Amino acid sequence: MAVLLETEKVTRVLPGTVPVTLVEDIDLTIGDGEFVAITGPSGSGKSSLLYLLGLLDMPTEGEVRFRGKPTHDLSEEERAAIRLSGIGFIFQFHFLLAEFSALENVMIPMRRLGRIDRREMEARAADILERLGLRDHLRKRPDQLSGGQRQRVAVARALANDPPLILADEPTGSLDSHSSEQVFEILRGIVEEDGKSVVAVTHDLDMAARMGRGIHLVDGRIVSDGPAVAHLSPQLS
Amino acid sequence: MSLTLEIAVTHIRGRLRQTLVSILGVTMGVGFAIAMAALMQGSQDDFVSTLVDAMPHVQITDERREAPVQPADIAFGAVEWHGLRPKEDIRGILNPTAALAALEAWDPGAVSAALSLSGVARYGGTERGVTVFGVTPKDMIAVSTIEDDMTAGALTDLDGAGFAAVIGERLADRLGIEMGDSFDLTVANERSRRIKVVGLFRTGVVATDEGLIYVRLKVAQTLSGRQNAINDIQIRLADANAARMVAARAEAMLGYKAVSWQEANESLLEALQIRNIIMYTVVAAILVVAGFGIFNIVSIITHEKARDIAILKSLGFRQSDIRGIFLAEGALMGGIGGILGSALGYGLTWGLGNVRFELEQATEITNLPVTYDVLHYVIASGLALLTAGIAGYLPARKAARGNPVDIIRGAT
Ligand SMILES: Nc1ncnc2c1ncn2[C@@H]1O[C@H](COP(=O)(O)OP(=O)(O)OP(=O)(O)O)[C@@H](O)[C@H]1O
Ligand SMILES: [Mg+2]
Repeated sequence: MAVLLETEKVTRVLPGTVPVTLVEDIDLTIGDGEFVAITGPSGSGKSSLLYLLGLLDMPTEGEVRFRGKPTHDLSEEERAAIRLSGIGFIFQFHFLLAEFSALENVMIPMRRLGRIDRREMEARAADILERLGLRDHLRKRPDQLSGGQRQRVAVARALANDPPLILADEPTGSLDSHSSEQVFEILRGIVEEDGKSVVAVTHDLDMAARMGRGIHLVDGRIVSDGPAVAHLSPQLS
Repeated sequence: MSLTLEIAVTHIRGRLRQTLVSILGVTMGVGFAIAMAALMQGSQDDFVSTLVDAMPHVQITDERREAPVQPADIAFGAVEWHGLRPKEDIRGILNPTAALAALEAWDPGAVSAALSLSGVARYGGTERGVTVFGVTPKDMIAVSTIEDDMTAGALTDLDGAGFAAVIGERLADRLGIEMGDSFDLTVANERSRRIKVVGLFRTGVVATDEGLIYVRLKVAQTLSGRQNAINDIQIRLADANAARMVAARAEAMLGYKAVSWQEANESLLEALQIRNIIMYTVVAAILVVAGFGIFNIVSIITHEKARDIAILKSLGFRQSDIRGIFLAEGALMGGIGGILGSALGYGLTWGLGNVRFELEQATEITNLPVTYDVLHYVIASGLALLTAGIAGYLPARKAARGNPVDIIRGAT
């Protein structure tokens, strides 16, 4: 299993009169094809860790390596370039651009990358959306879609440039159980069929239990990291 | 369409009304700036061309730019001297034949050689100090507008008329003489002569109409007892703007002070320059005000679209991409405003140029002088685009710098 993402003693402190430690001493290795759940109480630093893994935020100490490459001395542009083709983000809220159709939203990262021509982009975006069950909604704008459909468009957008890593912050947090299940199955498919890695923050312990690996955070520190079932321990409830 | 532009357009569409108001601000600014420039430039051109028309483009006199070196300086290497009588200068351009030949060979334009003298005109009991200008009529006509100013007779009537003169109407009034009358004219300490009036002129310049007398060059030379002398060469050029260059060259060639019309009117032209600076300052101020409108609307959009900015960054957009979006919005507003403003400016200029009015004194119907100069349009639109660009850039930079994490956190 090739190493995709690695952190070494990553600490993130927010400066201020009272400095806030978001996460502390995070040592983590994520390989290709892993399906990782991040759990923990509210305020334990799950989102913060995800932003660090996605190079959206910078650690105050320690190092994040993407495909073995240190990222702390990269420029803002170089980090943006890694995000563009290497990492797909999914958030609790879809964050689609309201003025663009589903298809156009999915095409945005492709157009920014500009590796393929316009027609190919369109075909590929349509493909991804169809796979996520949105065949009939390609031309609809976000306000014409249901919550679950929007979130699936957001998943499709994360997949647009075929990144090896998907980071999801409570991707099903605002969805009903049916839509949640749908999105979860899609994420599983991404891992099992496409061989991508998905790291997802979730509050849903059943869902976490069905993922390959579980990382549990408390107060910004990793308290357990192992096969999913292992952390279905009393300490969680 | 590029992605940047496409996103910029969606933002503008979402705020169409405010955007249109901003564009309207730029349009008005550019439009009025152009109309004002057309009017000011027009009146200036009109004024300058009247001025240039009425005077020699280059005038060479028998003065030198540097004070002449006195024998005392050479003989004793004196640094300063007092109470010494300087060497008497016999006025006049030395060796006038050679000087004129040199000018003729160069041929910068029409050349008229003259002898300018001070004299006293007398008639009855009246006496007036006058400038006697000895000219070759056909040459003088070629370098001046005297022909147009004649109210009686012609300058060429001097030819073959012996001791005759063309004088200003006001001078004739002052002396109480009319066409065909004769008066006495004395130059320096020479003998007085009777001169017959064969022509009258009125230039509108009081000093000239009251104090100038044209005679033939030969007559002036005889009056002053200085055969062959000339002390004034006037040149009229096909291109008046070349006057500075021609003057400099003539001065280097002949050694005498040659004054271009620009130099002669330096302070006037400076005043016009200041007028232009004031005008462009006002134009810039108008456009800066228009820029505030753009700044305002782009700022509003960056706040409104903060979430979009954050998400675009998480997708891998760079800060410069984000800046580009909002810069494009400012530039779009400035550009559209510039185009519409140019059209408005053209329309206003046309309208102003067609306003007809009658001056109280003149009988002719006049139009406001306006100038259509592409430069005005380029400058006004360019300034509009620049201020719009800056107005877009400032909020764009702020928006691009923001930390996406803060916004994403805040939104969830
Ligand atoms: N800008 C900030 N200023 C101060 N404290 C902050 C800031 N951002 C985050 N925190 C704190 O950092 C800690 C970690 O926040 P984070 O959002 O990572 O937690 P989380 O595990 O994702 O919580 P949740 O499950 O509620 O989403 C929290 O205690 C939070 O209050
Ligand atoms: Mg969170």
